[in-house]
Amino acid sequence: MTDQPKVRLRGLYKIFGPRDKEMMTHVTAGMGKPELLEKHKHVLGLQDINVDMQAGEITVVMGLSGSGKSTLIRHLNRLIEPTAGEILVDGEDVMKLNAVDLRQRRQKKMSMVFQKFALLPHRTVLENAAMALEVQGVDKAEREKEGMKWLARVGLEGYENHYPAQLSGGMQQRVGIARALTSNSDIMLMDEAFSALDPLIRTDMQNLLLELQTELHKTIIFITHDLDEALKLADHLVILKDGAVVQQGEPQGILLNPADPYIEDFVSDINRARVLRVRSVMQPLDAGQSFAGDVQLNDNLESLIAVSGGDTSKTYRVMEDGEAVGQLDMRDLVKALVPRVSSSEAK
Amino acid sequence: MAFYDGLFRVLGLEDWCGGGDSAAPLSMADLLSQNSGEDSGGPIFPFPSLDNLSESCSGISQTRDLTKGIEDSFLAAKPALKTVLDPITQPLSWMLDGALWLFASIPWWIMIPLLVFISWKASRSVAVTIFVAFSILLLAFVDHYDVAMQTLSIIFVCTGISILLGVPIGIAMSKSNRLQKAIVPVLDLLQTLPTFVYLIPLIFLFSVTESKLYGIAIILYAIVPVIRLTDLGIRLVDKDVIEAANAFGMNSNQKLVKVELPLALPNIMAGVNQTIMMSLAMVVIASLVSAPGLGVNVLRGIRNLELGVGIVAGIGIVLLAVILDRVSKAALSRVDMTHKTH
Repeated sequence: MTDQPKVRLRGLYKIFGPRDKEMMTHVTAGMGKPELLEKHKHVLGLQDINVDMQAGEITVVMGLSGSGKSTLIRHLNRLIEPTAGEILVDGEDVMKLNAVDLRQRRQKKMSMVFQKFALLPHRTVLENAAMALEVQGVDKAEREKEGMKWLARVGLEGYENHYPAQLSGGMQQRVGIARALTSNSDIMLMDEAFSALDPLIRTDMQNLLLELQTELHKTIIFITHDLDEALKLADHLVILKDGAVVQQGEPQGILLNPADPYIEDFVSDINRARVLRVRSVMQPLDAGQSFAGDVQLNDNLESLIAVSGGDTSKTYRVMEDGEAVGQLDMRDLVKALVPRVSSSEAK
Repeated sequence: MAFYDGLFRVLGLEDWCGGGDSAAPLSMADLLSQNSGEDSGGPIFPFPSLDNLSESCSGISQTRDLTKGIEDSFLAAKPALKTVLDPITQPLSWMLDGALWLFASIPWWIMIPLLVFISWKASRSVAVTIFVAFSILLLAFVDHYDVAMQTLSIIFVCTGISILLGVPIGIAMSKSNRLQKAIVPVLDLLQTLPTFVYLIPLIFLFSVTESKLYGIAIILYAIVPVIRLTDLGIRLVDKDVIEAANAFGMNSNQKLVKVELPLALPNIMAGVNQTIMMSLAMVVIASLVSAPGLGVNVLRGIRNLELGVGIVAGIGIVLLAVILDRVSKAALSRVDMTHKTH
């Protein structure tokens, strides 16, 4: 992790409407979303977003529909212009770029994967994959070589000359990912990239993405409305509600310490045993303790329950790269599995 | 004593009107009633139209003055219009004359196979190609080959120019809502104006012996669908795909050439098909202003009541229409194919 975040959003606001700049005064004075809509007919899309996205990490922005997550991701390459705030990429303010530099930036630095794939229907899979390089003016042989390489990497070898409409949804999105990878940009923006796919394919695609990520270490900004997906992929999780960040941080931390009832509701429904990992619930190593066995730092709790056979009296030694780094009491594990009482049940 | 005399008296406008006596020429209605020898007196409460008001007040002009005024102002503007339009449109005359000459001078045994070959290339359909060959041979068999070729050459030139002008106009319209608002009424006007009315100002401007006279009339009439459908087609291009093009940093030219035009092509082709059909409709009417071709025979059939001549020429036009329609439709569906699942 470097000192400087790859992408940094500072005080980002977006108000939709013809007089958005004027509305800023109301919003900074504390006017909320419903009030602004009722009194001034302007929609508050994003308010005071401050997020740092580290290089080589997957930052997942999660929220329900209408929470502004798609709006947020489009600010990063300025498909949507913010009303106020700064967008710093590699320390440089994207807002200060002119049209030519901005296009340059979109070509070389940021690629995007879309929910509805957005492939060019009149072009073959290979031509689609090579599109990013074509825009950059790379010659045909070179860009097709790159396109072939990445299509093979996402498992589409042999489909180069098909048209997108001939492929299934999952395969089309693989083309979308290959297209983004071919551009060789270090930032990948993924806007609900897997939301249109059915669950099994979605899991496949998530695994593909994680696999690619261990190899390529891109800075990925991933948008989703699915908490399971968010927890599976995220190094850094940002939860949006009504255009504002409710909580952000390491996903395991959010799961164990939800900041407000909204997030508690969110996290109460998921399979915690599968998402939580040993490292999140382990204790420091206590000398003289006897262990029932060894577990890995990144194992999830589900696998540990299977190993222990459900016996809560056991304690395990936690290993990382062959070294003991902590211990895990099965009683702690069981406690971690019970979510804090959610707001709806508390009433 | 006219109905509105009292009105002008009350308003105190008698002086301005120049007394009750109307110095204006008699209106047609007056003339008729005079001739029939009796004063009908007219309706009890006539509509305050120009003619009726001018009966009471000669200061107000009659409707015929209005139409005369339009005519006079057009005539006054004619020299200026002519100096501008003449050189601009001159190439059209050359093109039409050139195409007519070309189609006439290529011998039939080259021309017919060539047309059949073109229809094969465009449609890739055996049925359509056989139909084209059959129709042209039939026309030639009844000695309508020359006139049919004249009609065809005019359509080729006019459709070509319509596409050349119409597609860029359509693109510009799709890019600017303001331009679209400005052009749509003009297109509506061109499409609804009775076809004969087109010819009137053109006859004033250009001599009837010039080919551009009918060329302009055909193009004005036929250009509408290709403009409309180009505009529509580009506006209908999937917003997600446009967004993807933006996200990968395409500039507006790249977007137009690589994304918008290819995706709008089925619509543009539908527009071209309509343009071909409409220029065929107009080329018949344009025979009134010396456009050669099958229309001349239709006109002859009407003028001299030669039923057979008119009907054969009419069927010839139908055959040409079906040929052009089927070939362009087959080409269109071939374009569509690449966009859909095979």
